[in-house]
Order: sequence, then C-alpha cells, then structure tokens
Amino acid sequence: MIQLTVNGKAKRFDGEPEMPLLWYLRDELELTGTKFGCGLGLCGACTVHVNGQAARSCLTPMRAAAGKAITTIEGLAPHGEHPLQTAWKQCNVPQCGYCQSGQIMQAAAMLKTNPKPTDRDIDTQMQGNICRCGTYQRIRQAIKMAAGVQA
Amino acid sequence: MTGAVNSVSRRGFLGRIFSAGALVITAPLIPNLEADSATSGDTTIWQPSVYLGIEPDGTVKIVAHRSEMGTGCRTGLPMIVADELEADWARVQVVQAPGDAKYGSQNTDGSCSVRDFYDALRAAGAAARTVLENAAASKWGVPQEECRGQHHFVVHAKTGRKLAYGDLVSSASAATAPQQNAVRLKTPDQFRYIGKDVPIVDLNALVTGKGIFGIDARMPGMVYAAIERPPVMGSTLKTCDDAEAKQVKGVQQVVMLDLAKPPYGFKPLGGAAVIADNSWAALQGRKKLKVEWNASDNSDYDSAVYKKTLLDAVSKPGRVARETGNVDAEFAKGGKILEASYYTPMLAHAAMEPLAAVAEFKDGKVVTWAATQNPQAVQDTVAKALGIGKDDVLCHVTLLGGGFGRKSKPDYVAEAALLSKQVGKPVKIVWSREDDVRFDYFHSPAALYMKAAVDEKGHPTAWLQRSAFPPIAMQMNPEEQYGGFQLSMGWTDIPYPIPHLRVENGPAKAHVRIGWLRSVSNIYHAFGVQTFTDELAAAAGRDRVEYLLELIGQPRIIDFGKEGFKQAGPNNPKYPFDTARLRNVIEVAAQKSGWANQKATGGRALGIAAHRSFLTYVAAVVEIEVHGSEIRIPRVDIALDAGRIINPDRVKAQFEGAAVFGTSIALMSEITAAGGRIQQSNFDGYPVARMNQAPFETHVHIVNSEAAPAGVGEPGVPPIAPAICNAVFAATGKRIRDLPIKKQLS
Repeated sequence: MIQLTVNGKAKRFDGEPEMPLLWYLRDELELTGTKFGCGLGLCGACTVHVNGQAARSCLTPMRAAAGKAITTIEGLAPHGEHPLQTAWKQCNVPQCGYCQSGQIMQAAAMLKTNPKPTDRDIDTQMQGNICRCGTYQRIRQAIKMAAGVQA
Repeated sequence: MTGAVNSVSRRGFLGRIFSAGALVITAPLIPNLEADSATSGDTTIWQPSVYLGIEPDGTVKIVAHRSEMGTGCRTGLPMIVADELEADWARVQVVQAPGDAKYGSQNTDGSCSVRDFYDALRAAGAAARTVLENAAASKWGVPQEECRGQHHFVVHAKTGRKLAYGDLVSSASAATAPQQNAVRLKTPDQFRYIGKDVPIVDLNALVTGKGIFGIDARMPGMVYAAIERPPVMGSTLKTCDDAEAKQVKGVQQVVMLDLAKPPYGFKPLGGAAVIADNSWAALQGRKKLKVEWNASDNSDYDSAVYKKTLLDAVSKPGRVARETGNVDAEFAKGGKILEASYYTPMLAHAAMEPLAAVAEFKDGKVVTWAATQNPQAVQDTVAKALGIGKDDVLCHVTLLGGGFGRKSKPDYVAEAALLSKQVGKPVKIVWSREDDVRFDYFHSPAALYMKAAVDEKGHPTAWLQRSAFPPIAMQMNPEEQYGGFQLSMGWTDIPYPIPHLRVENGPAKAHVRIGWLRSVSNIYHAFGVQTFTDELAAAAGRDRVEYLLELIGQPRIIDFGKEGFKQAGPNNPKYPFDTARLRNVIEVAAQKSGWANQKATGGRALGIAAHRSFLTYVAAVVEIEVHGSEIRIPRVDIALDAGRIINPDRVKAQFEGAAVFGTSIALMSEITAAGGRIQQSNFDGYPVARMNQAPFETHVHIVNSEAAPAGVGEPGVPPIAPAICNAVFAATGKRIRDLPIKKQLS
C-alpha cells in the first residue's frame, strides 16, 4: 500500500508499484490535465510537482511517490489563478494547448527557486518541455510577465 | 453571398444541443466553390447546413464543425457567425459538431476552414439576425428595414425601442424564413469581431488542465489497448507468443486484428492487441509479446539507398508538367549554366498528443470520441472496417493535441472500434510515442534538380526543374509513382516569367505509408526553388532581395495556362496568383528586418525566402548566428498577405509556430528506414526544436487586405528552411543542399 497526497488530498494506491505516477493520475484519479507525450522524460508534457519540485511523472514510479506531496495542474492554484496562469492567458500562449500543463508546472517550479529568471535561465529550465505548435516565445513572455521582469 | 436561408426550425438532428424552446437557424452552407480544391481535399458535398441556435435566455450557441488542433478555428469560425448575427460574444457558446455530412467537409486540413466557409458562415449569421429583426418589426408594427440587430438586441432607432434577442426567440420561431435577397450582410466597417483579436474559447480550460483531448476521453467500463503492428509495410505475421504478456498484472487478454492489405488508405494496420485495465498495463503487456514477422516487398527499403534512387530519378528526364519556350535549345547554346541537386528527408508529424481515441461498439453501432481532423473520414473508415453503415458511426470530436495532417487519417479510431467489437467493451486505444513515430503517414523524402542558363546580368534565360518523391496517391494505389496534384504545391506554379521554362516530375515508389504534413510538398519545392534562386543571386554577386524581386518580375496576374502549365485550368478570379502581392510581402519582410542595413559579419547573417501556398503570400527573413557547428536564430521577420483576417492574434500565432516548425525541418528532423523499418522512435532520435533552439523572437507582419481570405495554418512553413539555409550561406559560404543541416557545419 502506497500513501501519498495529490493536490492536498490523501490517497492510497495498492496497484503495481512500478507503474509511473502519470498513469495513476490519468487513468485512476482521472486528473487528465497531466499529459502523456513520450514516456521517456524527453518532452515534459507530464510535468508535475513532487514535494514542490518539477518532476516527469512518466518516469516517476509509484513506489517513488510514496509519502510525497504531488501537485498537478489541477491543483496549482485554487481557481486557476496562479500568476503564471494569468500571464499565460494575457499572452494568449496556447495553440493546441496539449503541452501547456507541463510548461506551466515546469515554469512554476522554476519561479519558486528563481523568481527573477533571465532569458538564459528560462531557456535552460524550459528546454526539456517541447511545444510542437511553437509557442516558445509567448511562453517566455508569459514567464517574464508573471515574474515581473522586463519583457 | 453564397448562402441562403431555407428553413427556420425548432428541431432537427441537433435537437439535443439546443433546448426545445430554442430558435434554430438552418442555412445551407456552401463551401467556397472557387477555392483551391487541389489543396483542400474533399469538397464533394454541396448541400450541407450549419446550425446556430438562440436559447430563450439569450444564449447563442454556434456549432463549430471543424476540428481545433491549435489553429484557433474553433474560435475564428464562430466569430464570423457572431459578427453577422450581432451577437454579444460573451453570450456565445461554441458547440463542437460530431461528424456529419450535413456540415460539408469537416476535414480540417489544407488551411481552408476560413476560406471555404467564410461566406457561408456570414450568411448564416446574417440570416439569423434578419429573422430576429423581422420578429421585432412584427411586434412593433414597423417596417423591417427600420429594425437593426445590435449587440444582442433588435433596436428600432426611430423610437428608441429595443428587444433582447432571447425575448424574440418564441415569436421568431414562428416566422417564415427570409428570402435570400432580404438578408443583408454587413459592410466590413461594421464588423464587430472580424479583424479583432479575440482570445480562444478554450483558453481558460487549457491553462488549468481542463481541456479534453482524445487521450483524455473516457467511456464507462472502458479498457485500454496497445497494439503490436507490422514493422514493415506489408509484412505478415509469422508467430505470436502472448504467454508472458498475459502474465503482466492488469492485462486481460490478447486479441488479433486482421492485417491491412493494400491499398492502405486509412485502414488500421492490424496486429496483436493487448487489452488491459489501464494504459500502463497495456503498454507493459505489449512489450512482453514475442512477435515475429515475415519479410515483405518493402523489407529492403533503406533511406541511404533510396536517397540515391531519388537523386538518380531527377538526373533523367521526367514527365513534363509545365513547359514554355525551348529549354533544351537554350541550354545547347552554351554560355553560363548553373545546376544543383537537393534532398529533403522523410518527416514524422510528432504532434504532442500521440494518436488517441475511445470507441464503443454496441448493438451494431459505434460511438467514438476521437482527436480527429476529419470526423467524416472516421465514420467512413470505421463503417468499412466493421461492416456497418456510415450513419451508424457517431464520432464526437475532442480537442486535438496538434494534428499537422496526421489526424486526418483515422486508422487509430478504427482500431479502437474493431477492438471494442471483439472484447465487448469500450476500448481506449493507446499509441505510445514510439508507435506515433513509426506508424506515421510520413512526409515524403524528395530529390530536386535545378538547372538554369543565365545571361550576362545573371538572370535566367532558361530554367529546368525536376522533382521526385513517393506520392500521397500511394494510399489508394501503391504502384503510383508520380506527384499528381502535389505538383501544384509550389512547383508547377513557380511564378518566374522565364521565357524557356520546364517543370518535370520523376518516378518514386513508396515503401512506407505517405501522407500530408503541414504545408505538404511546398516544403521541398520551396526549398529547391528558393535555395536555387539564392544560388543564382550569389553567382551573380547580387543582393538577394533585389534579385528575387527581379526574378518575379513586374507585377502581374499570372495566367499559368499561357505560361505553359496546360493543366492549370482557367484562372480563379477570387484567388489569382498576383505577383504584386508576392513582391509586397518580400518588400515588407525586408524593410521590417532592416535588410538593407544588415551586413553579414562574424558568423551572423540574414537569409530570405518567399513562397505562396494555400493562396497566401509569405516572405521570411531569418537572422542566424553560427557558433561552430551550432546555429542560433535570434530573429525571424515574416510578412504575409492572406487576404481578410478573422482573428489577427491567432494568425500571428500560426506564423510564430510555423517559424519553429520550419526550424525543426531545417536544423534537425529526419526520419530514416533500414530493412524497411523506421529507425527513429521518440524525441531523442527524432528531435524537434526546443525553446533554446527555436527562433528567439519572430515578428509577424500581416498585410492589411480586403481580398478573399486565404490559408494561415500551413503557408508560414515553406519559406523558413530555405531562408535559414540561405542565411547559413551568407554567414559561412557553406551551401546547404541536404536537409536537415544537423552537423553539416562541423
């Protein structure tokens, strides 16, 4: 039996401990905001927070999530009003939107440790998150807006 | 105006979308007959209808009949209706249509959603407004001409009276339909939404994780399936040992799907399917299958060998697609001749959402929720696969996590439906990224050969171009080797008025499934023409922009029939090839990028390319910096003329995205085969541009135009790769003739 919290709620899991957190979130908890993109940690679409740090849920087995606090895009802010979500809307970032949960979760983790990132910081921290629609320049713009740094 | 009202009805097959008391407007929807049908695919259905409804509470529901994969059409198309209706956008609800032929083509590809439906959607909105105006006029006992729909009210200006749209629903529903000539369209200066930036309707859902994509759709009691498919096109099953797979916790059973036989069309490929309790168990069980396959005719397919085959094909005379003057005689005169061969590789779509659908077969009918660009093709394909009627397939359309053309081909939806029939439960089909890459309908590899004789000023007097690529037509005829309609994508429609010009196409047989990818054949055709143009300019020692403008020549409407393209047909009066517009976007891009003041220095340079596709004129200036073998792109300036624009911010977004998509094509993306199998499987072997590799900033310059709306989803892509490669030459002197650039600079 694995115990963890997801978006502040206590959860118990007694399935296959090697199953990645991604599929637990999506298939069992129906928290489908966290996306499957590659299964190898190459694209960042599945990014969640594990104890506050960005993690690729497709590479995080359930046994490694035991005792951890998991935050998904659904739990990032009570009414979807995290400064990044607000900035994302102001910049009209999403095109298809599929990768955007992972992008926002990655950026939110970055801002916790680096509240005033430079362009280079943003490139370094965000390059693991692929957007095939190509919204990168608006992602950068939105991060800077949320961080209150010169856009 | 091409549409007219034919009925006012409280009911209809969409009754479940609208409440019983809603006013439902039915207007025939006539896709733009004059549009470029070669690129818009199927436009064979001419009696469809679009629906909008007004609820008694005033809520306006507008049906979006095309698929949202990131282009913004789920917002842009309803904006057109709402504008003519004079609806308050805040009170509009967009309802996604299921697949139904009544809507006309729902095949969301070919960059044609706006251009094919602009007139019809305006007509629908205006017709609904007219019905409301008539109803108010009757109530007040005043002439209809004195009543005007204004922002969700009908207003009688003379007396200052007004009635809310919702309050007119019951009386309007009893009214007879207005005559076509009684429906008054707005003039452009009256547009309320068209031409203004409107946020997409799904914006909030997409930043909070609430958007429902195909992979997120659920049906009660569903199981999950992962399929081991034939790794080489045409290979047959030798043995399948599923004992270990069945031992995986959560795996329920393994079932076989019949293997597809040519022609492959949109048929599911077949294979061994692992059915499981969840996605993970299905994927794990599938890894434990021990499957062996027999060789097929395509088991020798090897990309390195095939590249030589293609280059060989363009070294010999091919089929002539366009000819004017006498190219051979001109070449025979001697003088200065330039020639070059180019190659572009196979590409995979690699949308961020792998292919996904859930389907249930029950009582002889199928219900599916699918991330599809083409729900009517889902109906056709599923119906054929299961031997049921097309009308017995209900296809709901989810959001699409990217599409780029792959999700027009519903093989994956048919897999889910077939498996549901076999296991008696709803089935969600799970494509891994590896499946998504290996079982794509690939963008063709292509070879191009260009030859020109030039005069003392460096201007071409004779021009020969040949291409060879395995064609999309292989889907219907595996033996087809010629480009057909694909040649009109930036090849036979080359706009240079050269007195001796010949356009040819050589043979190429397909050994994998071939499909269309964002901007299709324009990718390689633009690469050949725009790189060779740059080569000629370089040989002449000329400024690239000036030279490009000289090759295009004086502003004119091109009559391709008169310029040797016999199959061109009569000019489309709505969308002629107007070189003034092509010249203009080049001049705008050059001016905005500061072209005239920029000189190549220290590994930094600009490159330009221009191309018309999907009826839109585009020029791109790309600034690059070369650091050793690495290329950085600080800035891109794209100028475009796509006629009338509905939602400018979304158009900008499409071109920003196209710059990134084109960067992937230029710098890094390549699919190869060996032994008939695709060698790449994920974003490690098949890289696409990441934030640090993408253009740092892309400036999109939209030319104001009142011309008929043209495409925006695809036409930004073709000029990017040649513009990057032309900049590389300017910066380093290295001419790129093979894509991707990868490590060619090291």
